[in-house]
Amino acid sequence: MARDNNKTQVVGHSPRKVDGVGLVTGTAQYVDDIKIQGMLYAGILTSPHAHARIKEIDISAAEKLPGVMMILTYQNTPRVPHTTAGQGFPEPSPYDSYMFDSKVRYVGDRVACVAAESETACRHALKKIKVEYELLPAILDPRKSVEENAPVIHDEKDSSGIHDASRNIAAHYEAELGAVDKALSKSDIKVEGEFRVQYAQHCPIEPHVTISYLDDRNRIVIRTSTQVPFHCRRIVAQCLQIPEQKIRVIKPRIGGAFGAKQEILLEDLCAYITLKTRRPVRIKYSRKEEFISSRTRHPMIVKMKIGANKDGSLQAMDQDVLSNTGAYGSHSLTVLTNVGSKTLPLYWCDNIRFRGSAVYTNMPVAGAYRGYGGTQGSYALQVLMDELAEKLKIDVLDLQRKWHIRLGQTHPMSAALGEGKEGHENPIHSCGLDACMELGAEAIGWKEKRNQAKKGRFRRGVGMAALMQGSGIPNIDMGAARIKMNEDGSFHLFMGATDLGTGSDTILAQIAAETLGVPVEKILVYSSDTDMTPFDVGAYASSTTYISGGAVHKAALDCRTKILQVAGEILGGDPASLKVENGVVTAANGKKTSYDKICQRALYSRNQFQIEGIGSHTSPVSPPPFASHFAEVEVDMETGKLRVLDYVAACDCGVAIHPKMAEGQVEGSVANGIGYALSESLYFDEHGRCLNPSFFDYKILTSLETGCIRAILVPTYEPNGPYGAKSVAEININGPIPAIANAVYNACGIRLYQTPFTPESVWRSLKEAGKI
Amino acid sequence: MKLKLQINGITKTYEVAPHVTLLNFLRSQGYHGPKSGCGNGDCGACEILLNGKPVNSCLVLAAHCEGGSILTIEGLGNPDNLHPVQEAFLEVAAAQCGYCTPGLILSAYALLMENPEPEESEIREALAGNLCRCTGYVKPVEAVQKAAQMMKKKAVSRKETESIG
Repeated sequence: MARDNNKTQVVGHSPRKVDGVGLVTGTAQYVDDIKIQGMLYAGILTSPHAHARIKEIDISAAEKLPGVMMILTYQNTPRVPHTTAGQGFPEPSPYDSYMFDSKVRYVGDRVACVAAESETACRHALKKIKVEYELLPAILDPRKSVEENAPVIHDEKDSSGIHDASRNIAAHYEAELGAVDKALSKSDIKVEGEFRVQYAQHCPIEPHVTISYLDDRNRIVIRTSTQVPFHCRRIVAQCLQIPEQKIRVIKPRIGGAFGAKQEILLEDLCAYITLKTRRPVRIKYSRKEEFISSRTRHPMIVKMKIGANKDGSLQAMDQDVLSNTGAYGSHSLTVLTNVGSKTLPLYWCDNIRFRGSAVYTNMPVAGAYRGYGGTQGSYALQVLMDELAEKLKIDVLDLQRKWHIRLGQTHPMSAALGEGKEGHENPIHSCGLDACMELGAEAIGWKEKRNQAKKGRFRRGVGMAALMQGSGIPNIDMGAARIKMNEDGSFHLFMGATDLGTGSDTILAQIAAETLGVPVEKILVYSSDTDMTPFDVGAYASSTTYISGGAVHKAALDCRTKILQVAGEILGGDPASLKVENGVVTAANGKKTSYDKICQRALYSRNQFQIEGIGSHTSPVSPPPFASHFAEVEVDMETGKLRVLDYVAACDCGVAIHPKMAEGQVEGSVANGIGYALSESLYFDEHGRCLNPSFFDYKILTSLETGCIRAILVPTYEPNGPYGAKSVAEININGPIPAIANAVYNACGIRLYQTPFTPESVWRSLKEAGKI
Repeated sequence: MKLKLQINGITKTYEVAPHVTLLNFLRSQGYHGPKSGCGNGDCGACEILLNGKPVNSCLVLAAHCEGGSILTIEGLGNPDNLHPVQEAFLEVAAAQCGYCTPGLILSAYALLMENPEPEESEIREALAGNLCRCTGYVKPVEAVQKAAQMMKKKAVSRKETESIG
């Protein structure tokens, strides 16, 4: 299926990042790398209680401090129900959030915001605000949210889109193919388990930060660290009740996001203070606030059953999900449904059921996080596949190979279950999963290591997981691009697509360069500015290369057509017969002209016009990338300490537009996934207060722990994607938990049902299973 | 108070408040290469070299550095004249979002000044104070290996030129 990519000049190669020199010399401009004269520094007072009503709030002492310019509370700000989730409009998340409210719903919730002449003055003022709370009973365990007489977290009248506020259910969804209960009862073999994943934070090294100011036409400019500039403009306009045309959102370089910045967390406050004071304002989360007040992954309890017959055929799959969305329902429905929609269509089975609820608790707010439900769902599914293979006494690779979806097939579950609603027919036009399994197994040494004898204190084992994700949200995600030709033969590429550090500015420039027949250096990228660039939904749902890339491809084709028209006038040939190479156009008779001459003619001499192209793109399908992950682990039977010795991630992302950066996406996802599997967890006390909101106490991997990671790109050609590409950004975070859990079982015979797999939890499991 | 410092080769006397951290001082002077990621010395985004040694500038008071010599990422190389470590980071696509990159590059540079031919484990040790959430450190480690080769080549060719001269 792989096409010959030797024919492409730019795509499939790994040029330097278009923004790379700025990144390695420290000259790249992030949000906080500008200082505007007269800038105010804002900070947020957050709730120390998990659930309380504000009885009284006294800002008089704080207001009197020198340098304090403005204090915002629920008493002096507009009350507009909205969602902080930056999603397509109308958003599938409930409108249950307010700029401020008279009730606080988790430790870290907004109470007040101070803007002052200096950071010091702001800090002092925050301490002087006196708040009297009426404490309410809090729900810290999602299993208690739906109990009778549980406190109602969203008892306000003006929220909307909540599935059942009286029972604390933010979102609920069910979908069934066939008759699952019947098929399960008839199955020869059943495997089941209850899998739990914990609170974790994205940890972009740059915390959320926003600077806003008024321009010379009295419009608000918001310079912000966001994944979703256009959604940000829309939501800020909604919150401030001003027209969108009053707002310009600019995303400069940003220091990582991973889903955390698909959320409007600071922009509404910053813009509101600018609007009221007419002053530039900056708000930046501290690392502690980033952990407590921003967003997290949805902790979940996934109960799953698989029924199969003795021949290995899958008879039924049943997934039952309880998702903890925390105090607000940001992304609650869509992450929930993606637990099923990103995992269940991987295997052929006539009877499949998904049921799930996302419930409110008085805990930190979950949101979008790389993997977006696929991480949680893959854990349950892939561990049960391992267990099923064991019961069938066959190699799990053989089981996987026999039942996974293939080229040309259309899985009915993709149509039954989509992102927050019914899905779409999603015929598979590229699938390299078999090759991923073969290459990955070989690289890890599967055959030898899987069956080696296990004894002694340090026991080694290997495990695997098979994965799928999507490329954008079908018929929803939209990207657009515009390309303008310059008289020296260079091009400006304007697009709404949002580079978070992922390298999309470079990848999209490569697509433009390839289509226009120029080196990538000829493409000048300007992206993510709501005034200057066309619309794009933003960087999420693994959509940028596939959807925004499709838009850039169309814009470049449009531009190329116009170039060739002018070239045809110069060379006297039919535009269709002209050939382009490296900015030179050659006619059939051998006559040549170059891009600079073509543009100069169009701008200055004959039939004058601006050569430019525009393109918009959506997709009716969401081509899944596929991956197969293999982990080799060593378990210390005395201490429970688990080490990952080797980790191979083989990934089919279609044609990798920039192979080195595609590898980088795989490696970074895997590192984050291993961290989540082994050590990353937010811990809370009995009042819902986070105990470890710092990099010192919240353990993400360092360079000392990632020597094991190996990425293998397995090329296929996705006919719906630009130059054969599909997504790569998210899928590989979903593998480490199940691959490591399965390797641990192979090493020492215990199944792990709860992350993170800390030494203590592994030791307890060993003890309970009577292994030590 | 007055503070005499050499920053990226230029010695000046600055006026600085006694409580200002070196990070905030440097950023106020327009050196935006050092970034603030945690304010606690946990992440390494604010790393600079103080008298040749890697230091988290958020943990040091500017006033403490009197008479010292500071190197920020801006002083290592510039867009027209990149240092081999910067070249190598570009070449292997080791910078994703780039926020931790100045710190990683300075850690690598400090290592290679002391140990021009490091083992992979020594590179990983040297980068362990710089948290990176994007790369899994695979490409940054590869970049340091490549930089070591590039610097060795450069040193050899310099030696050859000298011996001819």
